[in-house]
Amino acid sequence: MIAEAGHFALALALALSLALSTLPLLGAARGDAALMEAARPLSHGVLLTIAAAFGFLAWAYVVNDTTVMNVVQNSHSLKPLLYKITGVWGNHEGSMVLWVLILAICAASVAAFGGNLPSVFRARVLAVLGWVLVGFLAFILLTSNPFERVWPPPPDGQGLNPLLQDIALAIHPPLLYVGYVGTAITYAFAVAALIEGRVDSAWGRWVRPWAVASWAFLTLGIAIGSWWAYYELGWGGFWFWDPVENASLLPWLAGTALLHSAIVVEKREALKIWSVLLALLAFGLSLLGTFLVRSGVLNSVHAFANDPERGVFILGLLLAYVGGGFLLFALRAPAMAPTGLFAPVSREGALVLNNLLMCSLAVVVFLGTLWPMFADFLFGVSISVGPPFFNMASFPLVVPLFLAMAVGPLMPWKRAALWPAVQRLWAAAVLGLLGFLAALAIGGWNPLPLLGFAAAAYLIGAAITDIADRAGVGRTTLANAWNRARGLPRAAWGAAIAHAGVGVCLAGISGMGFATERIAALSPGQSVAIGAYEWRLEGVRDAAGPNWTSRRATLTVLHNGQPYAVMEPERRFFPIGRQTTTEASIRTNILRDLYAVMGEEEGGRAVIRVHYKPLAPLIWIGAIIMAAGGFLSLSDRRLRVAGGARRREAQAGVPA
Amino acid sequence: MSATSHATPRRPSGLRSRKRQRLAAVGLVLLGLGVAVGLFLSAIGDNLVFFRSPSDVLAEPPPPERSFRLGGLVEAGSVERGGAAIAGSRPEIRFRVTDGANTIPVVFTGVLPDLFREGQGVVTLGRLGPDGVFRASEVLARHDETYMPPEVADALRRAGHWHPAQGAPPPPAGWNTMNPRGGSGG
Repeated sequence: MIAEAGHFALALALALSLALSTLPLLGAARGDAALMEAARPLSHGVLLTIAAAFGFLAWAYVVNDTTVMNVVQNSHSLKPLLYKITGVWGNHEGSMVLWVLILAICAASVAAFGGNLPSVFRARVLAVLGWVLVGFLAFILLTSNPFERVWPPPPDGQGLNPLLQDIALAIHPPLLYVGYVGTAITYAFAVAALIEGRVDSAWGRWVRPWAVASWAFLTLGIAIGSWWAYYELGWGGFWFWDPVENASLLPWLAGTALLHSAIVVEKREALKIWSVLLALLAFGLSLLGTFLVRSGVLNSVHAFANDPERGVFILGLLLAYVGGGFLLFALRAPAMAPTGLFAPVSREGALVLNNLLMCSLAVVVFLGTLWPMFADFLFGVSISVGPPFFNMASFPLVVPLFLAMAVGPLMPWKRAALWPAVQRLWAAAVLGLLGFLAALAIGGWNPLPLLGFAAAAYLIGAAITDIADRAGVGRTTLANAWNRARGLPRAAWGAAIAHAGVGVCLAGISGMGFATERIAALSPGQSVAIGAYEWRLEGVRDAAGPNWTSRRATLTVLHNGQPYAVMEPERRFFPIGRQTTTEASIRTNILRDLYAVMGEEEGGRAVIRVHYKPLAPLIWIGAIIMAAGGFLSLSDRRLRVAGGARRREAQAGVPA
Repeated sequence: MSATSHATPRRPSGLRSRKRQRLAAVGLVLLGLGVAVGLFLSAIGDNLVFFRSPSDVLAEPPPPERSFRLGGLVEAGSVERGGAAIAGSRPEIRFRVTDGANTIPVVFTGVLPDLFREGQGVVTLGRLGPDGVFRASEVLARHDETYMPPEVADALRRAGHWHPAQGAPPPPAGWNTMNPRGGSGG
């Protein structure tokens, strides 16, 4: 019964979404307030039905209902409860249900909290979200029904892929999906504005919170995915330029561009057409990511169970939504004359540069990711494009990006001069030089990471300069400046913190450039050393968990000959599914990671690989700081409430 | 500040027509695209990694400085874990990769991925040594044991082990029990 109820709830959600996608539009066209108002109860109804479907699916997992195909394929009665629940979205069908659930939550919150939106506009936004819901609900019901029955029921399920039985993987997809779905919301705002034929500064103000939220969640989702790859795959890397990673990076790049250009729309009524285009592109890239992951057209370590039929369906959705959006754009954009004119050297000019570089970066990543597919179609050759390509091609774009993102916030709107802004960065430049020299003294000559450290210190310095400058440090008393700093709009703090987060993250990435690793076959009592650290193998023993057994090595870490820590890397064997996973052991003190992996055993020796990774944790801490900056600026009341903003703006200057 | 005198103050944009600004915008977009495509073209040439099956490699050995991906099945019984004789030495693993028709010996130093198994599909990244031994720097792992890299399936098909006319490729677990040389896939 549970499965049928869930299936029915999904079908009901589709019916309600169909109504949501048409009635409010009709109402907006006719000026019928009752039809427009229908959007609100309808979007709440969609949320209720999808939440019910999700609940039924989760329940089937919790009670291990083996008459449901999806549960049989992805769960097992012996799995810990936490992973039974997270297993709901650890597979294709369930993750799609989570996707539409998050979309429905966002739509319902636009309905509930969009009180400051004009009712015609809100009705159109919700209708566009209704289209998106219709497409994805149809996709689930037609190609990926999570409630399919199996008869006769097998005695137990086949278990979840052990690599996915992990807490990071439990929270990674929901965060990422909130980010992806956020691009659907900005898409809906863009399409609604195109239908209306009007984009103004108010539009920029409405879109910005959603762009910022989507960006912050994407940042967190990507960071947690990368952290998972770091400790779970046991390779010691954090980013592999894998197609699936790139698929999440592309909407992030477009979203970063959008959240910056939306500021220009809001403050200067310029870049309007461009921002609408970016919103369409960001959603298109999110869908493309979904398509790449689900269809299996590209080879990836992350491959879901592949199914060409689903791929074709998603490609159809992609063409319909993005193609439709672009068609509307082509019809309406020429009529939306730009009203804001501006000089190239100004705050908005710097934001244009940001957009240009972000989009160029996105094009490079896009081409590199899809090239294997094109090469296969066009020339029939099987190739892959690896990290060296992405590093080489993105470097020339990243350097000016870092230089400019420090200068931009220091420039005033409308007209600025470059030199005074650059001049104020002297402290940041000195900090950058110090970062370079310090890294050189500690790590030795290694040009790229050294440049990275210089840029990281420079970015953090520039963020501090930005705040200090706004607070008037040097122009007034320190106490006065402190008060002014506290009174700065949260969006200004958020921007500075996010920019500093980029610097912190960059420091971590640069630290990886100085990482060293050793690999050795050790018998008990033997050791392997990196610098001042020495790992001594004490022994290997058997261990067991709820649904696995393992061989666990005990390593004593010696620092300058003194016992320092014990590390226990292991290889787990999952009898259900007959798989082995590597559990790396990591000892961190924020400034460096000690990382140990156990390989195979042979003749009483175990293969042990150890890494010394300076500053590695900063990669993820930096990403969290970036996201925190985003959330902080979300709490700025000017971003929530339309009124009451002008006065403070004039007082405190405007954040980037 | 004396610094302001260095800067050329911008004139208000009265003279700058909207048309010119729109033209500038289109120009900027084209510039961004051009730069991106230029970077792509300049970097892609040296960094393309081709996939080769053992038969491809024997027919047309790639130059030793060019890294490529070698894929096929790990030949049953070919895995030797050597190099562990000396205390603390680097563990060296030797195995052969086959597509049923030909095999290439591979040597790899490192920790093998969890799903590496004899008879299982494998993709390795590295360079071909002058002695005809492939020196792998990476052995690629997959999340999923039932996953067959498409290139490997293709290589097997080309070597005559399996033909699309026979339906879907057999699951990789099934390759375990197959004789890699005997053509039992027929």
